[in-house]
Amino acid sequence: MLRTIAWRVPQIVATLVILSLVAYLAIGAMPGDPISLAMMADPRLGPEDVARMRALHGLDQPLLARWSAWATGVLRGEFGYSRLFARPAAEVLWPALRGSLVLLGTALALAAGIGVAAGMLAALRPRWRGVVDALALVSQAVPAFWLGILLIILFAVTLGWLPAGGVPDSGGVAETARFLVLPVATLAIAHLAAYARHTAAAMADVLRAPWITAARARGAPESRIAFRHALPNAAVPLLSLLALDAGGLVSGALITETVFARPGMGKLLTDAVMGSDQNLALLALLLVAGVTMLATLAADVAQRALDPRLAA
Amino acid sequence: MQTPPAAFPRRAAAILVSLMAGASLPAQAQAQAQTRDTLTIGIAQATGTFHPNIESMAAKAYILGFARRPLTGYGPDWRPACFACEAVPTVENGGVVLETMPDGKPGMRVTWRLREDGRWGDGRPVTAEDMRFAWEAGRAFETGFGGAEFYRSAYEFQSSDPRTVTLRFDKVNFEAGSAGGFEPLPAHIDRAIWEADRRNYRSRTAYDTDTANPGLYNGPYRIAAVQPGAGVTLERNAAWAGPAPAFRRINVRVVENSAALEAQLLAGQVDMIAGELGLSLDQAIALEKRARGRFRFEYRPGLVWEHLDLRMDQPPLSDIRVRQALMMAIDRSRIVGSLFENRQPVAATAIHPDDPMIDRSLAPWPFDLARAGALLDEAGWKPGPDGIRRNAAGARLSVDLQTTAGNRSRETVLQVIQGMWRAAGVEARIANQPPRVLFGEALSKRQFSGAVLFAWISSPENVPRSTLHSDEIPRAERNWSGQNYPGYSNPEMDALLEALPQELDADKRRPMWARLQAMTYRDLPALPLWHRAEPHVLPTWLEGVRPTGNMSPSSLWVTDWRVR
Repeated sequence: MLRTIAWRVPQIVATLVILSLVAYLAIGAMPGDPISLAMMADPRLGPEDVARMRALHGLDQPLLARWSAWATGVLRGEFGYSRLFARPAAEVLWPALRGSLVLLGTALALAAGIGVAAGMLAALRPRWRGVVDALALVSQAVPAFWLGILLIILFAVTLGWLPAGGVPDSGGVAETARFLVLPVATLAIAHLAAYARHTAAAMADVLRAPWITAARARGAPESRIAFRHALPNAAVPLLSLLALDAGGLVSGALITETVFARPGMGKLLTDAVMGSDQNLALLALLLVAGVTMLATLAADVAQRALDPRLAA
Repeated sequence: MQTPPAAFPRRAAAILVSLMAGASLPAQAQAQAQTRDTLTIGIAQATGTFHPNIESMAAKAYILGFARRPLTGYGPDWRPACFACEAVPTVENGGVVLETMPDGKPGMRVTWRLREDGRWGDGRPVTAEDMRFAWEAGRAFETGFGGAEFYRSAYEFQSSDPRTVTLRFDKVNFEAGSAGGFEPLPAHIDRAIWEADRRNYRSRTAYDTDTANPGLYNGPYRIAAVQPGAGVTLERNAAWAGPAPAFRRINVRVVENSAALEAQLLAGQVDMIAGELGLSLDQAIALEKRARGRFRFEYRPGLVWEHLDLRMDQPPLSDIRVRQALMMAIDRSRIVGSLFENRQPVAATAIHPDDPMIDRSLAPWPFDLARAGALLDEAGWKPGPDGIRRNAAGARLSVDLQTTAGNRSRETVLQVIQGMWRAAGVEARIANQPPRVLFGEALSKRQFSGAVLFAWISSPENVPRSTLHSDEIPRAERNWSGQNYPGYSNPEMDALLEALPQELDADKRRPMWARLQAMTYRDLPALPLWHRAEPHVLPTWLEGVRPTGNMSPSSLWVTDWRVR
């Protein structure tokens, strides 16, 4: 286990360094730098003004030199300044990250809980299989933006029960929760199909195993067989799914954040890339990549712990 | 999942529904109670810096309209107006004095008298020292202020007392008195920060590091809290000496997706949507049909001029007959009628009908397919077997059409124009690009070959030097500066653009403006479409909001806003 971690951590660091370079070069090579856009906004900028502004922003330097300066700053703990938000990039990132963690964390927990329960129901009670499959199909087929808009029209505009979006200006947990209900429901419905289907398939496989038959022959109750024997074995493939979704926790949910006007990582990342905010875009990209890789590592370790055959 | 057959989940569902209903009732009651002292405004754009002189953004201008008073601006009648000063300086009132510079060239001296009751939110008076700081910081290029030309020209600052500010300019310019962008900055807060590190002032200014500091604001409100990317909260400025504003608090919420913005309006989360940067015109028209009784809709055609820039230094658009034919092949009245319900006027030139210098003798180019065809025939483009015209060499009459991808309204307009041009035998190939690419590369580096649909925003009587002077054609050796993207080059126009700003007499400027309009009307470096209207969606109980249609946002007159 420790050997796995010791081997993978340097790989993750190397990947992040390469990713930062590739992302920096890609964003830097995109057409339309900040000065070109400033020239559109201020017709009185002359050639000398443009040259000075490029020098002021360091845009007269080669991309590689700019990346090197940026990387040196990061090693010192300086993540640069967000051009779009006129604040340090890290200061802009944290509220968006918090928003995404709360939104996606709640939605993921709900989706995983309901999805696993539905999957187990389908595996343990075959007559429910059709219902669970149909619900999973609908949940996968409905686009999140469409579902979000439908929920807004019904619960916010027509019934007036819940806010249409945004975040509360103030208020406690209850008010925060009210603002979360619709976006969380939208995301949870979109995600639960995968958990339901994977759980149903994995549980069905495990329930056909000879050792389950043996347990039944020994007279073990069905609930014990399901929760103590079948579920832990069926959970191994689910961990991979969870690891991938954990990466999504920090990358945000662009469509849901947009439809519900919630600040989050998805929208922040898109705005940063499209708005030539290199410092912010890089910091967000590296965070997403780092968390995804660490979550995958954690899932691998957990899988090995659950299934010793993998460790071997 | 939501209606399981067990008793407990059914009870839980009932409790959840009652909780939601219960939670909503106090919220609604609270919202109604707050209606009279809190106003929530939805806007569709986030703002970055709150510094008034760094970066030009409509969202920032709108928010700062509540919290700051610039030196001058434009009123709803489009005349120059004073906010932090007593009167707009003119030759007649002695505020503008012509003089000869030490090098013998003509220059001018402009004097503003600051209002006696001007106060920052911490109680300190707004003085000439605040203007001096703004001028010094603007003159130092490394500070990175906008309006570099203004500060370059204003070579000397003078002040005889704390309320008198005089700038000396190295050239005569009738716009100097309106001092666009020259605003008081709180020297007692920001000067030390600027002097400590001028190069990094733009990231260390108190406007961004201590945004809720009352001393930064001299308007009826002050920014009390900022939610980055999500909005700001404004509260009354205790030191404001002018008429008291009606609302204790104003929340400005940023909802960048217009469908979500509309939903929040209908759900009662926002009271109004600012016309300056809210819904698009077609969305507002559609909303009005569904919610006419609930809200008041006001449409104000403004200084945003939608047009097609033509690449006129390349064939076939280098031929004036082709450009005129393309103009007459677009039925703009029909487009404005069918897509925008005639809410925005068809443009004759870039000059808005409400601009004091409009030449009303110029009617918009008519839609005339027969004349368009005759002009194309004369230019050597004859109809081909597939309906597309060809020249003697057999080349098809094709024009690339571009606009900002994702802007549904413009994309629709472009498709309509494509169809109309086809009826005249012109093939239009649409190739839209993301705004960043279109504005940052295709236009600014003149990498387009046909026509680009976009908009310019200007101020009243704004001399269009940057878009029409031949020196302003972007070229690599000029670092791609300038906005004359069509490549218009006309010595008479160049001379006019140089003479026009130096004429201080408005009556003498009028014929010059008429000549300028006649030339652009004839030469068509850009095909004028219409002057875009701002759709303001207001609650029926709010009155006094006066959409301006110009660069000065309606929020500057917030003290006139009243609950009916």
